[in-house]
Amino acid sequence: MKKILFIFSLFLIGFSSQAQDVKQEKKKKNAKVAFEVNGICGMCKKRIETAALKTKGVKFAIWDVKSHQMNIILDERKTSLETVKQNIANVGHDVKDFIATDEAYNSVHPCCKYRDSKIIEDHKGELKKKKN
Amino acid sequence: MKKYILSGFILLFPIFLFAQTNLKGMLMDKQNPKDNLGVSGATVNWLNTNIGAITNEKGWFTIPYKKEYKKLVVSYIGYKTDTLLVNNLDVIHHFITSESDLEEVTIRAKRDAVQKSLFATANTFTVNNDELLKAACCNLAESFETNPSIDVSFSDALTGTRQIQMLGLKSPYLQIMQENIPSIRGAAQAFGLTFTPGTWVESIQITKGAGSVVNGFESISGQINAELVKPFSDNKFFLNAYSSLNGRLELNTHFNERISDKWQTGLYIHGNYRGEKFDKNNDNFLDAPLANQINVMNRWQYTDAQNGWVSFINVRFLNDEKQTGELNFNPETDKGTTNAWGSEIDTKRFETSLKLGYVFPELPFQNFGLQVAYSNHQQDSYFGLNVYDIKHESLYSNLLFNSIIGDTRSKFKTGINLTYDKFDELVNSTNYNRKENSIGAFFEYAFDNLDNFSLTAGIRADTHSLLGTFITPRVHVRYVPWEKGVFRASAGRGKRSANIFAENQQLFASSRQINIDDVGGNIYGLNAEVAWNYGISYLQKFNIFNKKGDITFDFYRTDFSNQVVVDWENPQEISFYDLDGKSIADSFQVEVNYELAKNLDLRTAFKYFDISTDYKNGKFQKPIQPNNRFFANLSYETTAKENGSQWKFDVTFNNIGKQRLPNTATNPTQYQLPKYTERYSLLNSQITKVFSNKFEVYLGSENLTNVQQKNPILASDNPFGAYFDTTIVYSPIFGRAVYAGLRFKIK
Repeated sequence: MKKILFIFSLFLIGFSSQAQDVKQEKKKKNAKVAFEVNGICGMCKKRIETAALKTKGVKFAIWDVKSHQMNIILDERKTSLETVKQNIANVGHDVKDFIATDEAYNSVHPCCKYRDSKIIEDHKGELKKKKN
Repeated sequence: MKKYILSGFILLFPIFLFAQTNLKGMLMDKQNPKDNLGVSGATVNWLNTNIGAITNEKGWFTIPYKKEYKKLVVSYIGYKTDTLLVNNLDVIHHFITSESDLEEVTIRAKRDAVQKSLFATANTFTVNNDELLKAACCNLAESFETNPSIDVSFSDALTGTRQIQMLGLKSPYLQIMQENIPSIRGAAQAFGLTFTPGTWVESIQITKGAGSVVNGFESISGQINAELVKPFSDNKFFLNAYSSLNGRLELNTHFNERISDKWQTGLYIHGNYRGEKFDKNNDNFLDAPLANQINVMNRWQYTDAQNGWVSFINVRFLNDEKQTGELNFNPETDKGTTNAWGSEIDTKRFETSLKLGYVFPELPFQNFGLQVAYSNHQQDSYFGLNVYDIKHESLYSNLLFNSIIGDTRSKFKTGINLTYDKFDELVNSTNYNRKENSIGAFFEYAFDNLDNFSLTAGIRADTHSLLGTFITPRVHVRYVPWEKGVFRASAGRGKRSANIFAENQQLFASSRQINIDDVGGNIYGLNAEVAWNYGISYLQKFNIFNKKGDITFDFYRTDFSNQVVVDWENPQEISFYDLDGKSIADSFQVEVNYELAKNLDLRTAFKYFDISTDYKNGKFQKPIQPNNRFFANLSYETTAKENGSQWKFDVTFNNIGKQRLPNTATNPTQYQLPKYTERYSLLNSQITKVFSNKFEVYLGSENLTNVQQKNPILASDNPFGAYFDTTIVYSPIFGRAVYAGLRFKIK
């Protein structure tokens, strides 16, 4: 009996969260947002995702190196998209409307200087090398 | 006035100039590059500006250019957004890629055949299919030949069945799983590994030390999980034929078929046969059993990525027959008599399983899974005049739920298990029946700070009909002190009921009397085995002379609170009793992997073991256990050509330290063995010629230096006498064996 209750409660967790999504259209508990963040490599990926996740209210963050696409799931009752974008800019990565300050940009690892065309070329070379 | 006009002109000039500076370009569709038709209506704009343009009907665009504009963003509905780097005013020709296209840049950096992760919390590594192909691995038991963490030994002189060990403890103390469902346990313990053909295995994950609590409480020294080939990713058709000079023939075929968008099915058929009798050591006993096996598996895979459902349904049937013993033994006339000594082991096994997984489409970090597995294992066998039959029915179910706490840095898994096991055993004329059922709940928390620290802590509580109610805690910690270095530590508890006959079946092929110390416990009168395992490990990846490498040190200790001691020290008896005192298994290993030159990889390891148990007659080292082992594997492959053709060479060297042998001092002199064996070395090699992505052949040799144990069977001249013993096997029985095979696949 306990077991059945347990399973049932597990189901409920899932459903209740879904149900809330519908009710509160304005402040979603699990809002899915996608935007672009500038960066070039795996190190950038880690820095960008960590900055997003460290924002209280962000549950899930994944950034794609190639497309620069950032997908996050956040609790809109606890944080705003602006805060997340600002936090990403604060660690040195440009987001639309939230350009990283030079100071923040300079703090990234030399290999991550995504504003520098030479560095970008270097990364392209890396991909080519791996191709063989 | 003129002056003003002039200065006005001068002032205007740069603007004029800028206005004239435009970048021109054309966008085309990658899909139809030949037509060179432009894509009209696509947008281009300079990154982080409002300056943009739209392509005309021929795909051309003109966009104002300034020196500080470097990145041009190209976008079009249904196509991937590209960012182009612009350094000058050269006309741009760019192909845009449809969103539905798969990534066209395939990064072919060579994936290591064995992957050691810097990120996993537990000391886990993955053995890929590439590695499995390095040896002829006909079945799962033989898949570990090129792996230093797992030791492969022989369990007896008759069946030649290989047993695997980790941290100096044999397979019952390892939890062996098939796609995360505990599989080789109970009645399947002795031969179970030979019931999974090598070609069915897609990859193997090996976790040293305390495992995860998710799959039960039984694992003590580690967990091995074999992922099988999946209808979705396996070749449409695969054929493998193998033949060995020691008379073994094998055939594997895989058929995979797509039924619909979501359903995919696979039929996997394995057969092996050995019909030739060999007695190279002239002891009048077969060196390897006559055998045949039919093994059929049907898998169904359901994938509905959009709605988040995945499912696997498996059905499998196995029939395995072995005959061994004296050369002239004929089962028809000699079974149950003393005309000639012989043995037959017939196994039938049916198993089916269902896996169901659901990922919440809106919450990729949240999912639940259900696993249900049923197996029916029946072994009928006799060894000379000893009869041993076992029937084991087993039901396993696991419902688990994964999610996060706060964000994805904190994850958890929780769920419940239900298990049921029914054993019917006949040992000569005694019946042993037992039923076990258990219900358990677990919770495992994983934290990762995404930088240098992660932790997995799990706990489970179980109520078991024979083992009682108990708690199983397990914890793993990972810390990265500096770049490419990882410290790991783990601790955990395991508990299990020892299936003394199934796990020590070789005892029946001897004249030993069976003694069981009945202390009133629930399992054969004995108590459950309980052990703690602690381990630390350090991995450092490095780059020397521009070549990649890594070194791993690890130390593990298994400390038994209770163990069912298997005492072989009296040559006329085998005794099973509860541990009274200490039983500790220490294992230390250093492993180095290094790329010596392009395409030439070296893996080498040194292992040291100290496994001692308090027997009734004092403290001894575990018998037939090398005190150390040196391992080296060298592999070379030529760079693959466009069509995949290449050569692969592989050599494995093992140097096995001295082993203590069970006491035979009370036997007549001719049936006595030394106290310790001598060191010996083994060499295996294999050459593979890949002709194309479709076809390859391989030729190999096991035991190249022809090492053979001189008299693996004690008193082979008098198998019905008091000194007959086939259990003391410490080196290969069969000498050099050459084999060849082919693989053919259609994608």
